[in-house]
Amino acid sequence: MKAFEYANPTSLKDALGLLGSSWSDANVLAGGTDQISLMKDGIHAPKRVVNIKNIKELGGIKKAGSNLRIGATVTLDELAGNAMVRGEFPSLVAAARGVGSPQIMNMGTVGGDLCQRPRCWYFRNGFGLLAMKDGKSLVENGQNEFHAIFGGGPAKFVSASSLGPAFIALGAKVEIAGASGKRSVDAASFFKSPASNDDREIDLKPNEIVTGVLVPMAKTNDATYEVRVKEGLDWPYATASVSLKMKGSTVESARVVLGHVGPTPVVAEQAGSMLAGKSIDESTAAQAGEAAASGAQPLSGNAYKVQLVKTAVKRALLEAAKRA
Amino acid sequence: MANYSWPPMEKRRVIGKRISRLDGPEKAAGKAKYNSDVRPDGQLHGAILHSPHAHCRIKSIDTSAAKAISGVTSVRVVAGPGSEIQWANAEIAMVAARTEEIARDAVRAIKVEYEVLPHLVREDRLDRTGNRAKPSGEVVTGDPDAALKQSDVVHEGDYGIPVITHCCLEPHGSTVQWNGDKVEFWPSTQAISNVGGDLAKGIELAAGNVHSHMDYVGGGFGSKFQADVWGVQAARMSKESGGKPVKLFLERGPELTIAGVRPSVYAKVKIGASKDGTLTVWDSLSWMTGGYTGGGLNGDLFPYVYRNVPNRRINHTAVSTNSGGSRAWRAPNHPQVSYVTCAAMEDLAAKIGMDPLDMFMKNADFTVRPAVYRAQLTKAAEMIEWKKNWHPRGDKTGGAIKRGLGLAVGTWGGAGHPSECRSTIFADGTVELSLGSQDIGTGTRTIITQVAAETFGLPMSAIKLSIGDSTLPVSGASGGSTTVGGVSSSSRIAAINALGKLLEAVAPAMGVAADELEAVDGKIQQKGKPSNSMTWKQACSKLGVGKIQETGRNDPRNPQGLNTLGVGGVQMADVSVDIETGVVKINKVVAVQDCGLVINPKTAESQVFGGAIMGICAAIMEERVMDEMTGRCLNQDMEFYKLAGIGDIGEILVHMDITPDNDKRGVIGLGEPATIPTIACIANACANAIGVRVPTLPLTPRNVLNALAGRRMA
Ligand SMILES: Cc1cc2nc3c(=O)[nH]c(=O)nc-3n(C[C@H](O)[C@H](O)[C@H](O)COP(=O)(O)OP(=O)(O)OC[C@H]3O[C@@H](n4cnc5c(N)ncnc54)[C@H](O)[C@@H]3O)c2cc1C
Repeated sequence: MKAFEYANPTSLKDALGLLGSSWSDANVLAGGTDQISLMKDGIHAPKRVVNIKNIKELGGIKKAGSNLRIGATVTLDELAGNAMVRGEFPSLVAAARGVGSPQIMNMGTVGGDLCQRPRCWYFRNGFGLLAMKDGKSLVENGQNEFHAIFGGGPAKFVSASSLGPAFIALGAKVEIAGASGKRSVDAASFFKSPASNDDREIDLKPNEIVTGVLVPMAKTNDATYEVRVKEGLDWPYATASVSLKMKGSTVESARVVLGHVGPTPVVAEQAGSMLAGKSIDESTAAQAGEAAASGAQPLSGNAYKVQLVKTAVKRALLEAAKRA
Repeated sequence: MANYSWPPMEKRRVIGKRISRLDGPEKAAGKAKYNSDVRPDGQLHGAILHSPHAHCRIKSIDTSAAKAISGVTSVRVVAGPGSEIQWANAEIAMVAARTEEIARDAVRAIKVEYEVLPHLVREDRLDRTGNRAKPSGEVVTGDPDAALKQSDVVHEGDYGIPVITHCCLEPHGSTVQWNGDKVEFWPSTQAISNVGGDLAKGIELAAGNVHSHMDYVGGGFGSKFQADVWGVQAARMSKESGGKPVKLFLERGPELTIAGVRPSVYAKVKIGASKDGTLTVWDSLSWMTGGYTGGGLNGDLFPYVYRNVPNRRINHTAVSTNSGGSRAWRAPNHPQVSYVTCAAMEDLAAKIGMDPLDMFMKNADFTVRPAVYRAQLTKAAEMIEWKKNWHPRGDKTGGAIKRGLGLAVGTWGGAGHPSECRSTIFADGTVELSLGSQDIGTGTRTIITQVAAETFGLPMSAIKLSIGDSTLPVSGASGGSTTVGGVSSSSRIAAINALGKLLEAVAPAMGVAADELEAVDGKIQQKGKPSNSMTWKQACSKLGVGKIQETGRNDPRNPQGLNTLGVGGVQMADVSVDIETGVVKINKVVAVQDCGLVINPKTAESQVFGGAIMGICAAIMEERVMDEMTGRCLNQDMEFYKLAGIGDIGEILVHMDITPDNDKRGVIGLGEPATIPTIACIANACANAIGVRVPTLPLTPRNVLNALAGRRMA
């Protein structure tokens, strides 16, 4: 790990002032469950580390108009244990609980989950975000069991965030503060597929901080289904987060979002639109699963993930429908 | 000569009791100091520069910038210009420095020019291994061709089990202090009596000048017998750093890649039987890699356990790959060959439409212990309710979750190693046992203390035990499941010898001959007349200011009936497979293990639990992922190198075959046999559940769904 300066501001303004114009100037530190590993592995080597956990306004879960505002430094454990979140957004609870290990849930934060870097083993072993060597994609030509089946661009890693797909399905917005003020973006457009090794996979500049997430408290039924092998300390192989707006027992509109199968969460438009006007049963849920998987372009070693998408979507829908 | 034999079963007071391991509280409380925790005064930190390439030549190496960093005390090049490196993470240079950070900075400051050479790191496709594959010649018994033609049923199948790595929680390494002509050595080792000699050889010092100590080791499993280049270089760096101790332990990535792996096995098998399920022929073409030297697995072990099949053809090939080498891994060879054999046998049974339990029973005469296997198969079947829960291949019930049962067998040696124990009785009544053994987490401390307590008729708390130091009497390395037999026998003999001397000393006072006396319940008493007795303390006080010191030796050529070798084991698994996700969950694993005289059923069962858990990891998640593109291991971390956690292992039921007949055989080691059949029985249970064989392990969503979809591996 490269030696660095450690800053511990207590206000957002001070924190923003401590960030720089490039990622090598300064990095935000929240729970550190990813940032520390990135620094140890030499993937991030900032001159300064800015701890944001002592900034009050970044914490807390509260109602803000028609939204629930979840502060960026809210831990995964706080999120999963919060009564309002549990009552309104079971898809978020499932995504947070899926992380599984109490240590990571106690330290890891909502902002950190959205901003964490991909787990791609080429990236983490120092071959860059796009993992190219001699003009060839290492992922395409190498070992890609855990990689993307959606995206089509040069990025073949999968977005690591499990909360991202759930926030997108719920129509949430990400609040961002920068030197020039505040902005907010749809959770769906917060995630980006990078075109170069130096790009980030999120819509965030080096001198910006995610301050929180606004989740509309609309009456929807939501659920997340995760395909996991291990009970803890592992990542899902594929997830689906869904949110259904119901009219009686029929779906008025549906959002289906896939996780861990593309360089960003993948909004399965077709799966969502085909459900409109239908009721959810084994057969419609399975059809939506087929629709969600239809655009998949698996790599040499991950065709199995297409099946995982179908299953995750089907099971998430059936789960959400139970809540209707 | 004294009678050293074990006391009769019904008379034992300490041996055979379920006693919790003595060092459990220390370990659970975090008080136990492992050698990676040891921090002698003035200790420096070592770090290693590892090769980023799987195959390369060092063109030049410049350490000047590293040496110039303040706080760096030693920089040593271990692969100089011209050296050819044969695997990624091989050691190129080492640094010692005042802090860990400085040591790492210095490693980064070393400039190396590499000439990158072509590599081969994957062996799963034999046709892509070219001249790196070295067949070891055909072995034939009987007439396999004729048998294949004449058999009623022949099954042909492909099976694969990947390389897995040693993944000790405490990585390999040591702290070494070379001061003047003396070396203090704190290694993480399975061989405290001998590892110092290995270090001495590496640093060309008289072996007697190396003093090794170790109280606890965080896992070895066959990979920690030597001082290794890490120990040797730590010693040299210590000397170059003015005799200050240097700590050098591997980081996780190197630990997973260069500290020893278990070889893979891939096999194309033809197996035949008559209609009634009697095996007629085994014909296999197998290959594997154990790293650059290729070897590490004996193909002649096929077919496993059912060795006496009349017709056999074995073709085995070792593939040299540019990857870290193999080291003994808990029951070397056996889990892999057990998997290939037992999977092929269950597949054959499925083809015949026969219950595999019947097939394994029917063919037991092809094993060397038919009665043992038949009894164990019967017991395990009862424990897992085979008759009730087994169904022909493919769970035909509805829904995505399919349940299945599978079985497998294992065998092992486990005779006691050479061991010498010193037993001392002091006039104040204290008793000490000393031997240069080590407790590698198996309960060695506990069972030695039990043996001594039993022999002296004292409570366990009255025994002081010293192990883990090279100045103690020499005891063997803990490998091959040889420790329990070795140390229990040497400590029994040493204790009997010492007790004999004590009885001689008190016999006059008690008015009977020494051989009329016995030590029971803290007393020395006349056999058959317990009223003629004195307390242990009173007895010892007869020694005046003297003490009794006796030794006992286990000589493997003549273990005097105290220990022996040769066990069988049967395991059965009950799994659930989600056929829509490929996720395999373990419901239950049952293990029936024969192991001679059991000194402590609790620690013995604990060994079986551990063995089964390691098998579960390898069956459902564990594999080393090598990448031909970069020549690197991609999962040299604990994230993608997946191991089961407590929530993943299901229920494990252990039945130790504790019977008078087994007991009479003496003590037999158990650490290794217990892990052998687990992988195979889980793989068989998965096939039984989903109706198709998942040919290549582990049983991950990818491998399971590929098998269900009939997709071949890329
Ligand atoms: C073994 C393991 C298993 C895991 N399993 C899962 C899983 O199943 N699903 C899942 O979603 N996650 C999983 N995680 C990831 C975990 O959820 C994240 O590491 C955690 O949420 C990150 O939060 P943090 O506060 O620790 O972030 P940090 O490590 O502090 O930061 C992570 C990154 O985000 C940046 N950052 C953090 N907060 C902000 C902010 N407010 N504004 C701008 N930038 C910020 C940091 O600069 C850094 O680049 C797992 C992690 C581990 C180690």
